[in-house]
Amino acid sequence: MILTVSWRNIWRNPTRSLIVMGALLVGMFSGVFTSTFMNGWMKQRIRDGVETEVSHLRIQSPEFKKSGDFEDFFTDISKLESDLFQNPNVNGVSPRLSIQTMIASAETATGVQLFGVDPDKESQVINISEKVIEGKWFEGVKRNPIIIGQKLAEKLKVKLRSKVVITIQDKDGNIVSAAFRIAGIYKTINTTFDEMNVWAKLSDIQNLTLLHSDVAHEILVHTNNYETINEVVDDMSAKHPELSTLSWQKFSPEFAVLTEMGNMYLYIFVIIILLALGFGIVNTMLMVVLERIHELGMLMAVGMNKRRVFSMIMIETLILSVIGGFAGIICGIWATDYFGDKGIDLSIWSEGLEEWGYSAIIYPEYDWTVMIIIAFLVVLTGIIAAIYPSYRALKLAPAEAIRVI
Amino acid sequence: MAIIQIKQLKKIYNSTQVPVHAINGIDLSIEEGEFTAIVGPSGSGKTTFLNLLGGLDNPTSGTITIGDEEITKLTPNQRIKFRLKNIGFIFQAYNLIPVLTAKENVEFIMELQKKSKTDRTKRSMELLKAVGIEEKANHFPRQLSGGQQQRIAVARALASRPKYILADEPTANLDSTSTENLLNIMENLNREENITFIFSTHDARVVKKARRVITIEDGKILSDERKN
Repeated sequence: MILTVSWRNIWRNPTRSLIVMGALLVGMFSGVFTSTFMNGWMKQRIRDGVETEVSHLRIQSPEFKKSGDFEDFFTDISKLESDLFQNPNVNGVSPRLSIQTMIASAETATGVQLFGVDPDKESQVINISEKVIEGKWFEGVKRNPIIIGQKLAEKLKVKLRSKVVITIQDKDGNIVSAAFRIAGIYKTINTTFDEMNVWAKLSDIQNLTLLHSDVAHEILVHTNNYETINEVVDDMSAKHPELSTLSWQKFSPEFAVLTEMGNMYLYIFVIIILLALGFGIVNTMLMVVLERIHELGMLMAVGMNKRRVFSMIMIETLILSVIGGFAGIICGIWATDYFGDKGIDLSIWSEGLEEWGYSAIIYPEYDWTVMIIIAFLVVLTGIIAAIYPSYRALKLAPAEAIRVI
Repeated sequence: MAIIQIKQLKKIYNSTQVPVHAINGIDLSIEEGEFTAIVGPSGSGKTTFLNLLGGLDNPTSGTITIGDEEITKLTPNQRIKFRLKNIGFIFQAYNLIPVLTAKENVEFIMELQKKSKTDRTKRSMELLKAVGIEEKANHFPRQLSGGQQQRIAVARALASRPKYILADEPTANLDSTSTENLLNIMENLNREENITFIFSTHDARVVKKARRVITIEDGKILSDERKN
């Protein structure tokens, strides 16, 4: 019956209760939705970064990892490839030559990172081939095709099929140049990346640098799913301890930081909201206790012990918090689902966002563990907010309380 | 046989600049089954006396023994348990729980006593019938008149099968018909179930029904009159 009394007490002043619940609803909705928005944004950045720029894991010689120098390549690539494919979790392997070089058009020149790749293999480890917006991934140009980013094309003032000159150092230290023709122009959500990275065929770069065919600076590896990445890393580290095998988190810690940041923002945001709402709840419940001093005194007079009085106020607070808070969470989840499908278009700021590698269309995302933790935080806030008003109720002396009108 | 023994009871309020001697050395015995009225002018100490008798307040000195229990020695929690088991309260302002129906108000006390649902339902309906208001069992207090609410308060006070009922000006807010009805109900319960009634009152009609009238003034007993 305590539960019945508490429930009906809430509706004695429906306006006040609805305001408190409404505040909780709006607060939790904002908290959840903003968090899922941030979470989706970060995850999207990570996915784009990993699938377009980094791939799941990367094998390099420790020297190349440190210096990035041309001469720090490693050999026996075919053997490494076959070792990698022995692991059932591996579904793509692409050896690369990775060289800092100059690219020049008739107008201007700039420094870029040149990747010499097997086009088919590269398509299996990153999705850059899907980002080609003009031309096709190494198709349509017979000799020395090259793929460049849209931003770089704008900078160099070149178009599809335009000729660019790559100047590079060969294995003997000689500076050599070769003309390449643009077979495709790609565009990712990261314009800085687009400006800095170009792809050419591995065989063309080997010819130019006089390197034989079984060498690479790095091998990019794609796995079946994110959960198996560390398994493959462990496997390859054990088989080839002389090489540096790094997962995307280790290779690009900035992406891993984004995951942490996403969660951190979420909790900080939700805790600040709950803290503010908690004070509101304390205030409301104190009003409730002060308004009902006479009644509480009567209840203690007729034999309701302090534990039950405490429980009654606690239950009332919890009901208010849980209804408002959970409704907010549910609305937040609903909005996340809705915009998770449709996306939130921030394209009016797209230029600025893309400079930083963030997509202009955000798809909010949530995960149930986080939602359960938020729900738990709501209940915890309710309990903490109830303590002081309930304590005030406990401190009432029945004889004095009954005299209060 | 005296079942309530009060010895040298004093209550002094020190919250004002000059200490107020609300109860100033009362010695009193009350026997089982008495129908006693405590009368006196406003501020004479009637309500304070009832509060002390019901264990709602602590005396400054003196003792109150009810049955075998010296309630002035009990802790606040022990006093709550004692009240729940032994004492029924009727208040001037009825003090029903506004969010519970008449029946639920009566059942509430039994729930505090952890009685079964069946027992609660049976007893609450019996009591509402005894006070003549069973047809209003599912009405909320706001839907009832003052007299009806006070009858529910009587039923609630009886719900725990107390040995004593303390009533603080129970008829103060009632019209004459309701007062008459309520007094008859209480008198019947007193006679039939031998429940001891002690009530503070200003009301001449209550005094007329009482079989013992104790007059208090300035916290002291001025007279103690028994009727035949």
